[in-house]
Order: sequence, then structure tokens, then C-alpha cells
Amino acid sequence: MPVNTELVGREFPPTAPYLVGREKVREFARAVFADAPLHTDVDAARALGYADVVAPPTFAMVIQDQTLQQLLSEPGSGIELARTIHAEQRFAYTRPIVAGDELSGRLKVTGIRTVGGNAMITSEAEITDAEGAHVVTATSVLLVGAGE
Amino acid sequence: MMSFTVGDVVAERDIHLTRESLVRYAGASGDFNPIHYRDDVAESVGLPGVLAHGMLTMGIASSVVVAALGDTGTITEYGVRFTKPVVVDPADGAHVHVLATVGAVDETSARIDLKVTFGETTVLGKAQLRVAI
Repeated sequence: MPVNTELVGREFPPTAPYLVGREKVREFARAVFADAPLHTDVDAARALGYADVVAPPTFAMVIQDQTLQQLLSEPGSGIELARTIHAEQRFAYTRPIVAGDELSGRLKVTGIRTVGGNAMITSEAEITDAEGAHVVTATSVLLVGAGE
Repeated sequence: MMSFTVGDVVAERDIHLTRESLVRYAGASGDFNPIHYRDDVAESVGLPGVLAHGMLTMGIASSVVVAALGDTGTITEYGVRFTKPVVVDPADGAHVHVLATVGAVDETSARIDLKVTFGETTVLGKAQLRVAI
């Protein structure tokens, strides 16, 4: 089944609030070799003016991934995970993610380009906090290969 | 406040990845795609071996920069293309090298260019991180 190009422009409902935990930030920081003190040391983060430890820049993908699950589970999308490659990733930040944030992502499919049997799907996940203020927009390009 | 001059090296670091690193990232990120920890699955889809998550490589590259900056609050944009895989050998792991240099400076921001290599191969394309100045 080819990728359904009618998905362009499609907006998904906001994901359920994700509470960013201090230990999750520390765990993620360790996993990406992020050893700057603001990621793990509360006092170091507070000295920089943050309420709690600060997540590494790519932590936003945890919320983005929740939005992409909506797209992948869309009936008739033609997007099969086994044939999907992450081709490109961008983040545009208003502010860093800090432990204690409650984040929600809202996905919009902004482009689908088909070349041969392959499809390049561009989507933007706008991630906002509990007050509805913008935190970061995560843009991904997924390359879905031609099926059998 | 850091000052930025085009061509300056912001940071440089060697990272040794092992299969444990991949499992750790899978757990931390929630990305449990088996091509990042199972040789049989990687082989069955035609890959040269178990690969590091692209987002792990992207995350490592920004970690190297943030360690030099000391803060993430000035970062306004970060983007990469995933162009080549990092194959992580079960016994020997993989060495990844990150070099961050100042690529461009204007009145309000500096562009930091990231060259991430695995052996002789550059694995991220157009890897750029922008900071407000």
C-alpha cells in the first residue's frame, strides 16, 4: 500500500500531558553523554535560573515520538514502520525543557513528496507547556520505502 | 558569555559507543526498534549490523556543544540529516568523533557546524546548531 498523500495538512489532536521527571532527565542525559552539570545537578540548574534540571536539546523527541505514533497508527496511512527511515530532524526552541514541565505535542503533516515508490513525509510537532506556551517545534522527515 | 569567531573550534570529543550504550538510549528515549540491539533483525532487513539510533548520534553531538556552552538556554535551532549509519560491533563497539566549529556569525546569532564521523565516514549531514548571542 503506497503512502496516502491525502494526509498532507492533516492535524492530530494534542497528546496527553507528559510530566517531565527529574530522574528521567538525568537518565536521558546519561544516555546521550550529556555531562554538563545543568542536566543532572539541581543546584547548578538553579544557579543558571532554571527551576530544576534541564533536559538535553534532543529530549523533545520523546514528546515528538508520541505524536508520530498517532500518525503511524492512522488507518490507511500506508506508513509501515519496518520500511520507515528517519531521514532528517530539526528542532526550533523557544526555551529549554525543564523537569516539572507538563508538555503536550500537536502534530501536523506539512508535506509528502513521492519519488518512485518512496515517500518523504515531513511533519511538525508543536510542543507546548501546561499554560499553552510554545516550548519547541520538532520537525521530522521520514522516508518510507516502497513496499513489496 | 562566549564569543564566536568563524572557524573557531567550540568543542571536540571522542565517544566510544557499545551495545550497552544503545540499550541505555533505547530505554531512556523509548525507541525500542530492534535494529538497534538485535543482529538477526538488523541482518534480516539488509543492514550491515546493529546501528546506533540516529537520535543518539544527534544527541551526542549537541551534548558536546552544551558541555562547552554550559547552558542550553541560548540554543534556538538544531537540525541534522541522517546520512550514514554508525554500525556498533558487539565486541568492539564504535568510535564516534564530534567536532564543533563556528560556521557563521551574524548580529543576533552564531551557527555552530557539527562534523560527526565514524571512522572516515561523516554520518550526519548539514548538522547545525544555532545559538543566540
